[in-house]
Amino acid sequence: MLAIYKRELKAYFQSMVGCVFVAFLVAFTGIYFTAYNLNAGYPYFSYTLSGSLIVFIVGIPLVSMRSFAEERRNKTDQMLLTAPVSLTKVVLGKYFAMVTVVAIPNLIFCLFPLIIKMNGTAYLKVDYISIAVFFLLGCVYVAIGMFMSALTESQIIAFISTFGVLLALYLWNGIIGFLPSSAVACMIGLILILSLIVLYIYHMTENWMLGAVLEVIAVAGCAIAYIVKSSLFENLLSKLLGKLALADVFTDITNSHIVDITGIMLYLSVIIVFVFLTIQAIQKRRWS
Amino acid sequence: MIEVKNLVKKYGNHLAVDHLDFRLEPGKIYGFLGPNGAGKSTTMNIMTGYLGATEGAVLIDGHDILKEPEEAKKHIGYLPELPPLYTDMTVQEYLEFAAELKRIPKGERESAIEEVMKLTKLMDVQMRLIKNLSKGYRQRVGLAQAILGFPDIIILDEPTVGLDPKQIVEIRELIRNLSKKHTVVLSSHILAEVREVCDYILIISKGKLVASDTPENLEKRMNGTEGLEIEAKAAPEKIRSILSLVDDIAKLEIDIQKDGIARAKIETKNGADIREQVFFAFAGEKCPLLEMKASKASLEEIFMELTQGEEVYRDAGDL
Repeated sequence: MLAIYKRELKAYFQSMVGCVFVAFLVAFTGIYFTAYNLNAGYPYFSYTLSGSLIVFIVGIPLVSMRSFAEERRNKTDQMLLTAPVSLTKVVLGKYFAMVTVVAIPNLIFCLFPLIIKMNGTAYLKVDYISIAVFFLLGCVYVAIGMFMSALTESQIIAFISTFGVLLALYLWNGIIGFLPSSAVACMIGLILILSLIVLYIYHMTENWMLGAVLEVIAVAGCAIAYIVKSSLFENLLSKLLGKLALADVFTDITNSHIVDITGIMLYLSVIIVFVFLTIQAIQKRRWS
Repeated sequence: MIEVKNLVKKYGNHLAVDHLDFRLEPGKIYGFLGPNGAGKSTTMNIMTGYLGATEGAVLIDGHDILKEPEEAKKHIGYLPELPPLYTDMTVQEYLEFAAELKRIPKGERESAIEEVMKLTKLMDVQMRLIKNLSKGYRQRVGLAQAILGFPDIIILDEPTVGLDPKQIVEIRELIRNLSKKHTVVLSSHILAEVREVCDYILIISKGKLVASDTPENLEKRMNGTEGLEIEAKAAPEKIRSILSLVDDIAKLEIDIQKDGIARAKIETKNGADIREQVFFAFAGEKCPLLEMKASKASLEEIFMELTQGEEVYRDAGDL
């Protein structure tokens, strides 16, 4: 795992992708910093950081796109998968290398609150917590990007699809607003979502019996719950899907200085889920 | 030791490997021979744990490659069809990475890398980026990676592709030396190479094992159809009448050449040696015999018969 981690990290800085990512993120944050904190005199660096979020959405796919797509195209994955290293370690080695690349600009960000402090009052606690959560959000995005990269051979497709998903997550609250709120519509929506999950499980396991049983349980469960207490379903979709607005946890800190521990748990869970899905996607390819 | 048990691999509804079953003993060089698309690479990819099998199992020194992958993979060095090279690394860096990946202890890494670089003649290019190397050198870097740490089993998929004739001879020599301590499995579609290097040949066609034996035995197996080719200065009818005196002739084919010379192909019954009788028969008739040679089925013919003949009566390629 260490061998893969070291090689990956080196490759990021040899191929310039790592340098470009760090420079890009620090430069844009520097511009926001000059505008908000230095010129306008606003003492919170966390606010500046929330402006950098959009830069993250462009930058992260740049880092994650090559992780598995490039290996697969160059057939170097044959070396990794036939070496006496488990697949989990290969994936984790690559993931931690990317996390390290994302950590570098965040370490540089740690200097900015000190600059504010040199010039007057600074709110170091809020600022540093926001940097830490910003970094954690980066780790979530990287895990999603890695999964996308494991699905394709083309780095371009990995980039575009990751960018699309991250942009959708960024605009999530706006998209949620279009969802219907009536109980019936929400029930149908829920069945649709559950069916998609069942379809994915069927695709992975190719066991139609399991798929059919799960589908029946999902549909029957929703229908029974609706008959027993239909008010349960009102606004359910937007409530449920609203939880996926990942950036909200971060913007809560930057805008209203609220640290939501459940949000942090959500981040960690999403990371674990996508690392797991990456491993499964690669395993699946070996067998088909 | 490698045991392949009832191996099946399906891509959609295409059958790439069709119930392969064989055992490879240590200390020998095995050659996988087959036309393009016969399933050689797929079999090797499954044996090394890169691909999963639809059915069956591969045991490497008693460890199932799918159930105990880490333990089994420790015993294998693999050079795939396309050498898996990180082109933005130097040869030295790449081999260091490979050594670490193969868990060679830190103290031994340097000497292990130097040894394989000497064996594959890479010392001159060790500081160069792999992307700047020629195909032959890249192939050698891939080979160096495969034999690094000297695993018990070395699997090479078409190891001499892209090398010049001198390098091919060197690599063959290297493979022969390796076989003293290791099991070597190599694949090729070039017959001469397999016959030259391998102790044992496995001929694969359309995912099936159609023959497996030593090169000598494979040639011997075709002895039933052994025959004789003669060239004589006589009319075909005369040759026919002379040869009617000789026993044990199963089949006779005569081609007329120019200047009154005819060429006859004789197949004998049960591989009997009739050269003397033919000579005296022609001598007795005072008919000049210009040429006589025993025709033996070559490995090429065996290969053609085993891999092409298949197509005529059975198509195993599709389900």
